Amino acid sequence: MNLKTTAPQEAAPERASGEKSTSLQFSGGLGTMIFKIVALAVLDATAVFAIFLAVAKDAVLIASIIGVITLLINVIYLKRGWLPAKYLAPGAVFLLIFQVFVIGYTGYIAFTNYGSGHNSDQDDAIMSLLQTNQQRVPDSASYPVTVLDGADGLALLVQREGQQLVGDSDDPLAPIDPAALGKYTQLNFADLLGRQQEVTSLAVPMSEDPTQGTLRTSDGRTAYQYTSTLVYDKGADTMTDSITGTVYSDTGVGAYTAPDGEQLMPGWSINVGFDNFTRAITDSSIRSSLISVTVWTFVFAFLSVATTFFLGLFLAIVFNDLRMKGRKIYRVISILPYAFPAFLGGLVWAGMLNKDFGFVNQVLFNGASIPWLTDPWLAKFSVLWVNLWLGFPYMFLVCTGALQSIPEELSEAAKIDGAKPFQIFRLIKMPLLLVSVAPLLISSFAFNFNNFNIIYMLTEGGPRLADGAMNVGSTDILISMVYKVAFVGSQRDYGLASAFSIIIFLIVSLIAVISFKQTKALEELN
Amino acid sequence: MSTATSISSKGPKKTFGQWFAATGWRHLIGVALCIYAAFPLLYVLSASLNPNGTLLSSNGFFSTIGLESYEKLFANEQRPFAAWFANTMFIGLTTAAASVLLGALAAYSFSRMRFKGRRFGLVSLLVVQIFPQLLAVVAIFILLTTLGDVYPALGIDNQIALIMVYLGGALGVNTYLMYGFFNTVPIEIDEAAKIDGAGHARIFFTMILRLVAPILAVVGLLSFISTTSDFVIASVVLVSPENQTLAVGLYSYVSEEFTSNWSVFAAGAVLAAIPVMALFLFLQKYIVGGLTAGAGK
Repeated sequence: MNLKTTAPQEAAPERASGEKSTSLQFSGGLGTMIFKIVALAVLDATAVFAIFLAVAKDAVLIASIIGVITLLINVIYLKRGWLPAKYLAPGAVFLLIFQVFVIGYTGYIAFTNYGSGHNSDQDDAIMSLLQTNQQRVPDSASYPVTVLDGADGLALLVQREGQQLVGDSDDPLAPIDPAALGKYTQLNFADLLGRQQEVTSLAVPMSEDPTQGTLRTSDGRTAYQYTSTLVYDKGADTMTDSITGTVYSDTGVGAYTAPDGEQLMPGWSINVGFDNFTRAITDSSIRSSLISVTVWTFVFAFLSVATTFFLGLFLAIVFNDLRMKGRKIYRVISILPYAFPAFLGGLVWAGMLNKDFGFVNQVLFNGASIPWLTDPWLAKFSVLWVNLWLGFPYMFLVCTGALQSIPEELSEAAKIDGAKPFQIFRLIKMPLLLVSVAPLLISSFAFNFNNFNIIYMLTEGGPRLADGAMNVGSTDILISMVYKVAFVGSQRDYGLASAFSIIIFLIVSLIAVISFKQTKALEELN
Repeated sequence: MSTATSISSKGPKKTFGQWFAATGWRHLIGVALCIYAAFPLLYVLSASLNPNGTLLSSNGFFSTIGLESYEKLFANEQRPFAAWFANTMFIGLTTAAASVLLGALAAYSFSRMRFKGRRFGLVSLLVVQIFPQLLAVVAIFILLTTLGDVYPALGIDNQIALIMVYLGGALGVNTYLMYGFFNTVPIEIDEAAKIDGAGHARIFFTMILRLVAPILAVVGLLSFISTTSDFVIASVVLVSPENQTLAVGLYSYVSEEFTSNWSVFAAGAVLAAIPVMALFLFLQKYIVGGLTAGAGK
């Protein structure tokens, strides 16, 4: 059946182009063909729709990227041959965007001052400055208004020169077709009282020109014109405070800056070159935090691997005795911590180790208040202890597997030669075991190097370093520091966080190069 | 040894000392091990059954038993546990299924086809795998913010966006595990099928996928576990409580009202852990094989 449907299509031209296995590249026959065309059609329709949306929002770059990807996918699936590409394309699209691209993008952000107060471009910053520093125009005419509730939140309806105008916080006042008013519902007195805060904070731009100011109402009935106390001079690119007369100019730091250094916030994001990296190295408070965090990251990752490995190995040896009964039960119970979600493990232990109410202090230590999680050294110990609990079953399983795969003949031969049990272990079993386990130890090290969950769930990186000006604690590892700098607290510094990320990338690459050389993983590829 | 008493009446006669020296001490270690491993889990269970609720009162081990905490857990509207659970299952299962499919497709092409750039592809997957996605969390956040301005469905606070981000990491980790396993399926099977007239897609979907089912289970499970326990990316992407996952939601439980709501949190923890642990123990046999092949925790 397949041959019948595909045979006519693989006529002369394809053969001539030198495709040897054309007949095999068309599987499934008509049904597959139809499925393929329908799937591509759906994809293309979605892509065209997405491109229209993007163009409508002036996102030309996004539109063109979607266009290129869609085109490529169409070519790959419609062209004969290119079989590997057909299988690789779906995963590769995601891989390229959400793994390769974002890593590159991290590199870009590391060279900007992106973060709190520098979130957007200059035009947005000007707009925002003009909208936030507003005062009522002294002789403003009063506008009778009606507050409306629409799909985009509250809006104001104004009667002016016989025209009905509607606008909301995003869209300036504009004439509206009376029929379109049906989309809105009018707020009654009770609603006005109930949503008072929303109503008073509503500012509707008078027109597209931000210098015209906005319309605001305090009672929901009368509105007045408000304009900014800042005056933007487009030609000179300066902001002038009309009250104090201070002139703020763009001095290249991503914000309008007064001669005395005072900055108007929000600013905008600019390229700052190596600033973030220089800051990380020269600013003493950042540098000392970075150094202590890096050292602890290595210590934590190394000790985590070492403790879990030795406990796992010890247990594997103990339970690797065929005479022993009930080994299975012990093994299943000891696997439980590994099956328990790691983030929950951290949270549960955080409760058990709580200084005032936790089980460990209250019951095991008879009411002592030992600061397990709040003393710098004890917190480090606790993190390792909990990670041992979470991680030893893995090493136990791995070591058991490795020990059992060592042929019994070897130890028997050694025994005949007069070796003692410990010698057999140290000189014969251990080296063989290490050979098979070494790659796993390295990957375990790499995993713990970025083991965010255990740190953050148990101590949140705390207790905070005494000397550092940054929000960094003594159990923070590099990845949790990145997270805190970027997403915790009111001051978010994406640029600096990305610079830290790049530093981690470099460290991880270095480790990878060394471990590749060791295990020669690349040579095993064929 | 001379004072040892015989404890076993059946079987070969052994003194207690002999038994202890041979395997008894191992049991001693085994019991200690079980206490260490299982105690915190029993503690959560007992805390979740404690209707009093505070951290301090949870220290009485199974002293009071009641299901009030579970009721409170589902009654709390600010912290919609049922929604978290459903979100986590949705995100975890979708990501796992899609990862298995994407990974298997890629592994099939690497294992069965010889093409230009194949070695380059394998090496670059190995290299990409070294850099975990969470290092680029800032860039992911900004990318999704930008995308969200144009397409709200792909922006911050949207689960589809989160799943797509997770799928970006699917190839790097999974293809390798699968590639090795695919190679163990003899290529003669493909060739026989080809001679019988089957095309590549039919060979892949109806034959190979069945033969590599164990590794599909392992990859699916590992992907499910790593997705459901991810905190970093999920906490950055998902903002509103009704969209969040268990990891983000349960963390907020503890970080905001730590000691007073302890038993409610414990109830949540028990329910959150059950599906993962059940899956894990159920598929244990497969996982152990997969773990030694290079997955880590």
